[in-house]
Amino acid sequence: MLVSGIKSRPVYGTLAPNEQARLNIVFADGEGALAVLAMKPAAPTAFWARTHVIYVAGGSAPQGHFAKLQALGTHSCHEAPTIASALPRLKALLGAARMGTQLYLAGTEPLMGEGMRVAGEYGIRHQSIRTEHRGSLARRVQCVHCKGITESVTTNIVPCAHCGLHLLVRDHYSRRVGAFQGVNIDAEAPGQLPKVEEVFK
Amino acid sequence: MTIAFRDETFRDDYTFRNSPHAIRRFPFPFHEDRYMYAVNIEPHALPGPKGSVVEFAFDVDEHYVSEMRDRELVLRQDPLRCQALPHMMAAQWDLLELIMTSFARDYPEHFSLERDGERWHWVNRPLGIDQRFVFGDALTLPYEPMEYVTRQAQGDWVIVDQRDGNLWMDAGMVTTQADWSLDFDIGMNFFEWHGPVPLAHELGVFERALKYLMQVRVGSPVRRLNWTMTINPLLDTAPERYPVWGPDRTTVTPDNVGHKAHLRVELQSFWRLPRSNALLFPIRCYLIKLEELVTVPKWARRLPRVLKSLPQELVDYKGLTRYRDTAVAWLSRYDDGAPTSPGGGPD
Repeated sequence: MLVSGIKSRPVYGTLAPNEQARLNIVFADGEGALAVLAMKPAAPTAFWARTHVIYVAGGSAPQGHFAKLQALGTHSCHEAPTIASALPRLKALLGAARMGTQLYLAGTEPLMGEGMRVAGEYGIRHQSIRTEHRGSLARRVQCVHCKGITESVTTNIVPCAHCGLHLLVRDHYSRRVGAFQGVNIDAEAPGQLPKVEEVFK
Repeated sequence: MTIAFRDETFRDDYTFRNSPHAIRRFPFPFHEDRYMYAVNIEPHALPGPKGSVVEFAFDVDEHYVSEMRDRELVLRQDPLRCQALPHMMAAQWDLLELIMTSFARDYPEHFSLERDGERWHWVNRPLGIDQRFVFGDALTLPYEPMEYVTRQAQGDWVIVDQRDGNLWMDAGMVTTQADWSLDFDIGMNFFEWHGPVPLAHELGVFERALKYLMQVRVGSPVRRLNWTMTINPLLDTAPERYPVWGPDRTTVTPDNVGHKAHLRVELQSFWRLPRSNALLFPIRCYLIKLEELVTVPKWARRLPRVLKSLPQELVDYKGLTRYRDTAVAWLSRYDDGAPTSPGGGPD
């Protein structure tokens, strides 16, 4: 679990099945599969029969988590190659969802961020979403200058993938954007960068 | 009283100045010779002292026309500075009503409002605007109500929704901000948008301020002052444009600091809006050059003492790191060491 003093970052929890829910939607990536599988002892067969799973394996593909998710006996279990390619399916499920639907997000912060952002578009309050952080600390970063998103950032300073400015990754997170804020670091002294360090592994 | 509006700029050639009258009424934010965060909120009791920036609900001053022209330039460059989430339309009308009725009541020589049921007629003489519209029908205005009215009102305007025991920043017109991004922060709650502020969370300032603000009632607004410093009289210190204005901080020298460095004070007030139950948060920016400020002896003594004793976290957070010492050295020439009287006003 992520521990930090960042006030704007969501507090992630531990997944637990909502047995009252009429429908469950699970969106997970990488080692987030382990958080989903960890619900198994607490979740009866009927719970899984009311559950849709969308999974993005990413770097965890060699671990074969997807096969274990398939073995849960869920209503559907879909593997997507990337978070972006999974979103249309997530939106379709949320669009068709009725009252009593429970959303679960598990895995990396970018996956949970995208899941929360999309859920917000469908009127789901972020406080009602069950989350669990697993795996990489890599951040999604929005350049405050050009508004472009740079994915999978593991360093304190990163060149913006869109405008090229060197961005300091601030500890300020927007749920609506689903990203941390990146601010140009060398505006006052062009070319003078602090040491670039891998801090979000 | 008729205000003589100045024709000046807040960019490029920076012709902004304060008249001696504007200097006297400047909201100097330090009530003693040191500064630390506090929940310094007090009732915005109206009318305030005659001629002061808190005499009326919303202050209109000599910079009005030029500030509105600057806002227009900012919005042309970046329309994301004005945004409202869809559920905020009732609050937008609340805001329009509050500004128009206040301006027409407090500055009748400059603004007038006639209301015939929902049919309203608004006249803004300084900006040459004569608008008839139907209150509640956004299609009868050239912009949505918040944008329409805040293109005619100095300072930034943030509307926060109150729900789930918190305040949510769900709409705003923000073009004179001290380095924060509405586009990034919109939708955040009170603790989230204050996330980057150092020290204050640990002091419990935000918990107490939130409790206080959620109790604000219709007709009983409250206010506080906040401050920072800005190099050149640039109203639009947005993070979006930081690569453009950030380098100005490196241009400060002992010879130009009195002219280039400005104390930037925000008069923040908080208003409960009657229809939406949202909270309105106007953030009005006042700028004063150090060379203007030292014409008031009490302020000339106090400001260097405050800046000298500022904790390093605040120096860095407020972006003063590069030029604080230069400013203190220059200001200290005007500090004869005499004691200062309590309170912020001039003696």
